[in-house]
Amino acid sequence: MSEFLQQLINGLSLGAIYALIALGYTMVYGVLRFINFAHSDVFMVGAFIGYYVGKHLPHGTVWGGLLTMAAAMAGCAVLGMLIERLVYRPLRGGPTLNVLITAIGMSLFLEYAGQLGFGATPRAFPAVFPTKVIEYHGLIVSMNQVIVIGVAAALMVGLEFTVFRTKIGTAMRAVALNPGAAQLVGINIDVVISFTFGLGSALAGAGGVLYAVNYPSIDPLMGVVPGMKAFVAAVLGGIGNIPGAALGALILGMVETFVDGSRWSTYKDAIAFTILIAILLFRPAGLLGRMTSEKV
Amino acid sequence: MTHDTHRFPRRPLQALALAVCLALPALRAQDTIKVGEYASLTGKEASFGQSSHKGITMAFEQINAAGGVLGRKVELITEDDQTVPGQSATAAKKLIAREKVIALLGEVSSGRSLEAAPIAQANRVPMIAPAATNPKVTQVGSYIFRVCFIDPFQGTVMAKFAGGELKAHRVAVISSVSNAYSVGLAKYFREKFTADGGVIPVEQKYSEGDKDFRAQLTAVRAAGCDAVFVPGYYTEAALIVRQARELGITVPFLGGDGWVSDELLQIAGDSLNGCFYSTHFAAENNSDSVRRFVADYKARWEGETPDAFAALGYDAAGVLVDAIRRAGTTDGPRLRDALAATTHFNGATGDTTIDSNRDASKPATIIAIRDGKLAFLETVAP
Repeated sequence: MSEFLQQLINGLSLGAIYALIALGYTMVYGVLRFINFAHSDVFMVGAFIGYYVGKHLPHGTVWGGLLTMAAAMAGCAVLGMLIERLVYRPLRGGPTLNVLITAIGMSLFLEYAGQLGFGATPRAFPAVFPTKVIEYHGLIVSMNQVIVIGVAAALMVGLEFTVFRTKIGTAMRAVALNPGAAQLVGINIDVVISFTFGLGSALAGAGGVLYAVNYPSIDPLMGVVPGMKAFVAAVLGGIGNIPGAALGALILGMVETFVDGSRWSTYKDAIAFTILIAILLFRPAGLLGRMTSEKV
Repeated sequence: MTHDTHRFPRRPLQALALAVCLALPALRAQDTIKVGEYASLTGKEASFGQSSHKGITMAFEQINAAGGVLGRKVELITEDDQTVPGQSATAAKKLIAREKVIALLGEVSSGRSLEAAPIAQANRVPMIAPAATNPKVTQVGSYIFRVCFIDPFQGTVMAKFAGGELKAHRVAVISSVSNAYSVGLAKYFREKFTADGGVIPVEQKYSEGDKDFRAQLTAVRAAGCDAVFVPGYYTEAALIVRQARELGITVPFLGGDGWVSDELLQIAGDSLNGCFYSTHFAAENNSDSVRRFVADYKARWEGETPDAFAALGYDAAGVLVDAIRRAGTTDGPRLRDALAATTHFNGATGDTTIDSNRDASKPATIIAIRDGKLAFLETVAP
């Protein structure tokens, strides 16, 4: 029983990390109907910003950790807006396939530029947050896991609030619905899309730091695997849907953890993805997604 | 018109440059013995490749400073395989076909050595793997050698150590799903440990690139054990040990030579105290040959202490040059025969003899981690 509960906690913390990355994918898709494959590499850049900033801050304090995270979020927001301005905007209005391929190119560019700039060797991430372990009747939760789950939940609520309760959020939804009509009623599309990329990339930056705090070995290719898992989680939950991304990420984290902890750990990815395929067979739009027919 | 007058004066220079470019390789080809090296200089396992590369480079520099071999200098041509599957085969093809190397040195990883070995074999170019410990590597063919011990030996040594020195009765195993090195070590450990009456209560797997091992560790904790054997690379091993301590698992963790890296201690820190791993070499070992090698290496590479891969790279280069000298030629088949006849080559990693399987028969070193530092524990003879 205690093993089951412990695995539940492990799965929750893994799922929370996938959720943080999945949110960025799903939000950009929700507004632009475009999958930003470079998202997982912005996540990596966030971890490296955290690495360079965190080295100069006192270790093991909450405010030091939050400051590191804020720096990574700001840096990634700027990077995300730059990528959108320089790479994606010139292609807007073109065939979606072109943008998709450009996004893959951008992703590879960041990965290999990272190997040149940061070096390819894995590095130890400084312990910026307090590293306490909380024990309760044989159940063990590390402070990092608590922080990851807490921050993921807070960011998710904040995002939901921004999208549904603020003026810029209304503008985002208007652009998502019909960019032409949004422009007609006086919304500056460029600003809204820029903001969307900035917000999504800031989430990736926060995710990068939290991921690195939990698994303190960072390298320029660290975004690839979690990025793929988070993308799958976003699709599973219904891409474009914010609570859906969180739900999909939690399910994926739980399934992976329970298979990993069982005798069948060899087949982890096979089993996890079989379940995902099964869910998508019955709900093609994802768990919380709505089927929409293409506009003609 | 302006274009033409502008360009004309440059032409003699271009022609000269072209002539020099064409003539240079031809001149050098006669002068030097070309040896190819493929290594993971960048990528996930960059620290391994960088170390072996430094060892090999230093060996050839010393040999050339002493006049070379057969009256010729040795020239090292290096290709980076970026730790990417498939790249080492490309690198080996390029070195053999374009550079016409007489022998290949590489790799520290069994998986990547296995990719390049069939190419070396097909072209009859002898290949010496510095640190590929999986038995399959030299089984590829008669031209494939290695200067390190193999997984059965390393797995067996750690099984003996766990049952003997540590008096462990139940040892859990956490290994990679797909990596040949990790799977091999786990297999030979399991065979020896259970044959000696030990129990393996639980065996868990992870995928390459995983960062979260709490699920596997929770299962290990539930099963209960006296030690955990983690035959993986340092990137995973460091995170596994760290997360294990967070989950309250206090038993020793045991590993193989994949743990060898400065990053291991940087990432896992104090969590590693009381852990052990087997390796090919310890800079802390006080024998004459090790002391000399460590001093030379520090002088050459800005005070850096050599690790096992540096020492094995150094010995791979040494064994090759020794064989060229005995063969009196760089001709593939005769060089192969000379390599196969290597006995008691005394290098940085101790007394190396090439056996009938083209594997090295040599001692293993066990390292203990205490107070965040590595300590030489003992050597175990084959």
